[in-house]
This record gives sequence, C-alpha cells and structure tokens, in this order.
Amino acid sequence: MERNEILKKVNDVFIDVLEEEVSIKEEYSSYDVDGWDSLTHIMLIVEVEKKFNIKFLSSEIISWENIGKMIDCIEDKLK
Amino acid sequence: MITFKELLKIKLSESFDYQKANISILSDHSCQFLTKAISRYGIKNLFDLSIWEAPIDQIDNQILNPKSQFNINNFDITIVFESSHSLLRRYNSCLIKEKFSDEQFLRFKKLLEELLSSSKTKIILFNFYELNDRIYGNFSSKNRNSFIYQLRKLNFLISEFTSTISRISILDISSIQNRIGSKKMIDSSLFVNYGMVLQLDCLPYISKNILDIISSFYSKFKKCLILDLDNTLWGGIIGDDGIENIKLGNLGIGKSFVDFQYWIKNLKERGIIICICSKNNEEVSKNVFVNHPDMVLTLNDISLFVSNWNSKVDNIKTIQKTLNIGFDSMVFIDDNPYERDSVKDNIPLITVPDLPKDPSNYLSFLIDQNFFETVTSSNIDKERTKLYQIEYERVKSKENFTDLSDYMINLNMKSRVQLLNSFNIPRVSQLSNRSNQFNLRTIRYDDDDLIQIMNSNDSYGLVFDLKDKFGDYGIISFLILKKTSTHEVFIENWAMSCRVLERGMENFIINYLQDFCRSKNIKLITAEYLKTSKNSIVKNLYKKLGFTSKGNKYLLNMSSQNNLETKITLDNGKK
Repeated sequence: MERNEILKKVNDVFIDVLEEEVSIKEEYSSYDVDGWDSLTHIMLIVEVEKKFNIKFLSSEIISWENIGKMIDCIEDKLK
Repeated sequence: MITFKELLKIKLSESFDYQKANISILSDHSCQFLTKAISRYGIKNLFDLSIWEAPIDQIDNQILNPKSQFNINNFDITIVFESSHSLLRRYNSCLIKEKFSDEQFLRFKKLLEELLSSSKTKIILFNFYELNDRIYGNFSSKNRNSFIYQLRKLNFLISEFTSTISRISILDISSIQNRIGSKKMIDSSLFVNYGMVLQLDCLPYISKNILDIISSFYSKFKKCLILDLDNTLWGGIIGDDGIENIKLGNLGIGKSFVDFQYWIKNLKERGIIICICSKNNEEVSKNVFVNHPDMVLTLNDISLFVSNWNSKVDNIKTIQKTLNIGFDSMVFIDDNPYERDSVKDNIPLITVPDLPKDPSNYLSFLIDQNFFETVTSSNIDKERTKLYQIEYERVKSKENFTDLSDYMINLNMKSRVQLLNSFNIPRVSQLSNRSNQFNLRTIRYDDDDLIQIMNSNDSYGLVFDLKDKFGDYGIISFLILKKTSTHEVFIENWAMSCRVLERGMENFIINYLQDFCRSKNIKLITAEYLKTSKNSIVKNLYKKLGFTSKGNKYLLNMSSQNNLETKITLDNGKK
C-alpha cells in the first residue's frame, strides 16, 4: 500500500472517531488536532488496528512522536 | 449488536420523555468508555442518566468513609465493578489461598451492607469475569488453592448472599464473557497501557445488560410473550402439512422447536404470560397442542389462544385489551417478516425481534436479547397464567348476564383485609412496581420501604385480596396512609391490579378505609392524584368515590356518611 493511501485511510479513521472533518498531516501530533485527547487516542489506535488488521506493540505506541511515525509503523507491518 | 462507535453517536432528542436517574460508578480501573457507553445506551432506552465516576481504585474508601464524595451525594443507582485483574493481585498477596474467597466475600459483604444501611441507592454489582492463570492446568478447576477455583467460589458466595436482597442486582459479566468470548472482551495491552479492562467492542453488550437491570428498577419490564405457530413453534404449516407431518420432536430440525418450547415453558413457570396469535383455524391449531406427542407446551400454559383469520395487528390489540397491560411490556415472535413489519408499523411500542431464518438459531438469538429481566421472583408469578385463564372464563360467563349487578352478586366476591406484614410485603412491593394504570401517585416501594412503613407508628399499610367463585386473585390492592396530624391521614399511594377493575373493589376499599379511620379516631382523609403517561384511568377516581376537591388535593370528611355500593363482602374471619 502506498504511503499516501495509508495516510488517507488513517485520516478516515480520525474523521470517524473525532466526528470532525479533520485533514491530518504526517508532522501532526495530538496538539495539532482538535479533540485528540487521551481518551480518543485509545479509540483511534483501536480503530486503526481494525482498519489495517494489524496489532501495535505497546512499545511502538509509546514511541510515536507524530502521525508520520505511526504511518512508518503501519507501513512496516503491511510489508 | 450496535457497535461502540455507533453508540457514541446517539444523542438526546427533544421528542421523547426521558426517565432521569443519578448513577455512580465505583471501580478499581478506568471506566470512562464504559460510562459513555452506559449513558448512550440509556438514551436508546429512554433514560437520561447522569453518571458520576468515582476516583479510580477507591471502592472501599468511597463506601466506608462517611465523608467521601460518594457518601455526601445521593445516587439512585450505584454500580460496583471490580476487575478480576485486581482480584488476582489480591490473591497473589494472600497467604492462605484456600481461604481467599471467604476473605474477599466478607469484604464485599461489609461493603454491601454499608451501602444498604447508609443509603437508599439500588446496587448493580459486577461479578468477576473468569481469569484463569492455569497454574495447575485443567486441574485448577478442582484445586481449592487455585485462583480460578477461588474466583468461581467468590462469585457463588456473592450470588448466594444477594439472592434475598432485592436492592442488589448482579451484572453477570461472567456469563456475558461466556457468550461473547474472552478474546472479544479482555485485552491485556489495554489494561497494561491504559488501565482499562474491557475492549471497546464488548461495551455495548455490557451496557445493554446494565440498562436491562436499570429498566427493571424502574418497573419497565416485559410481561408477555406472544407467539406465532407455524414455523415458530413447529416446522411446517399445520393447515397444509397436517399434524403428522409438521416438524417437531427428536428428528432433525424438530429438536430446535422442542428446545424452544421448553424455554418458553420455563418463562411461563417464571410468570411470563404466554399468548398465541396465529392465522389458522382454531380447532386445527389447538389439536396440535392436545394430540401431538412431542408438544412441550400445553393449552394450560397459554393464557390467551387467538387463532383466526383476522389481522395480527387486530388480534394483538385484542390480547392487549384482555390482559390490560401496556404494549411496551409485550414481545411478539413470528418467523414471517411481513407479519412482523405490519405489527411493528401499527403498534410501535411492542417489541418485535427480527428472528433469524434458521430455527436452530431462534433460541440463542432470543437469549442474547435478554428480554425478560426482573428484580424479584415470587410464587404468584407462577400462578398468573391460571389467573388469566380464569379471567377468560369470567368474561365468557359475563356474557350470560344481561344485568351486570346480577352478575356481580353471582360472582360471590369476598375480600380479606390485612395490615402490612412480613408475609404480604413481597407481593405488595411487586404490586407497587408492576401497577401503572391504577396507581394514584405511582410511588414505588421496595421491601425495605415497606418494612419501615410496617414498623412506623404514623403510617399504615392496608392490603386487600379478592376471591370469587372462579378462583383466588390473591393480593390485588394496597393503600399506604401517612398521619399528617392526630386526626388526619394522607393517602400516600393507592395501587390496584388491573385484573380486578370494574368489580366495585374501589368502592369496597373506600368503605373499609372509612371504617378503619373511624376506629383510629381519624376525622379527615386527604388524597392526591399524580398524573403519569399511564394512569389516566384513575384521573377522576377520588371524585367518583365521594371526595371533594380542594386545590390539587381531595378531601373526605369522616363526619358525613359515604357508603358506596359494592357486592364484595369482608372476609376477615377465616383464612
């Protein structure tokens, strides 16, 4: 899957969970997105896992500084 | 089942009336998502719940400390949810493993007793979902020292302790886990990373069950099951296939229908009213009940047997009129989607589940719906079917009398009157929770409230039963009186079972009440009617019974005679 396509799918999850027409960028972190708090964070991760049919490790989740790092991780798992 | 995400999208709407309730959740782990799920599922079931989540891991402190935030507020309902993950930690630090469940049980008993004595809150207690460390492999299940043995024993001890306490309901999460599977319920990484125990996708199941219990606290429960016949109670069409060829019994799909019928029979034993509503010739369909060797249900199990060629909508309306209960307390089961839709469209309040196509899935599907929640069970429940059958006999015999009062005399009605006592309290509490139509102020009393009234010097509870030549109705009405001054009482509530309407029972009760008040030297009775969506039939009751209205109150002065006509005689001599 192309990186762009992954980003688009992750964006769909954000829209769905946050119920907000957000447009995310790779360099964004929780500070840049309205409604992305500790609670919605959990939902976002669960829904991204479902969307790509993957499971993240606890250590991976903790290491992400921004959305780009999350995409790296997804890309890695889809290989 | 609705998903968690869909659940979150549910919002309060202005076009419905919501029942409000204040709820607290005490838990050892983070329940924010559960709280959201419960509140949204509440909206779905017409509850507007405000939920307060106590600080994490303070169950004992919040309950036992009189100055805790929990104790300085009043909650209608308290949910207590301790995770098995914490229980396992407690177990790990316990020295004598064999005594672990007894120790924990005492802890819970103390907490529950404190809750019961220091507040009026209803309690929903989660039991423990299974968590098996398998230290002994399968042997764990029979080894007294193992965690799973102790956990199961603790669950059992809690069930046993709460079995007689109607204010506590168990949220049987262990059984939900059993149905949806551990893997869909518990996620260790959620627990480790976020301190949450339940996966998001199982939250709708849990909140549905919590709302089932909450609804039953507010007396919203199903009382009646209406069943189609062909392809619902047996396979095939009786009119076409004939009694020898319908599928019912030990062969193939016939087994599903037998199991299904046993389930229905158990519901009937529990007090659910079973009715038949079928498009068939009555003789042909009744013949199956009488003569098919593999029928589990008999005609005696059926309160109303409606089998004709009228529309199901009309027939269900007739059933509703005869039983005199709300459509919202009825469930209609039919394999035919067309019939289901036409009933749904025309009677919006009735529950019509979309039965799966394959009859072998009927039962597990219906079990998942959990329609028949309750807070109590009593022996009277079991006799209800008979009561309705007798009622049907009465209706038939009524047709033979042109003059109603001749009919009444002929019924030979007798009523026994008792003060509230420990024998009649369970039934009075049940009546207070079940009656919606003949209920003047719709105050719900639980057993504890009634015990207080029984022991109080300035309250009286009068309890009436009724029997006639056809049978015994048992306790059908009660009055709660509160002394407002030395010579005055106020009727705090008056409820009556709708089975005995139009029988002059209300006249009998007011006559008796006047005699009772005179014997206590009471000079004035005050009463009040509080309107609900269901009790309009008693709107003008007090006026009809000779009370004079004053503001929103009704008064009855003992100095004037007010003898109301009734054919019921007092029966306080013998049992």
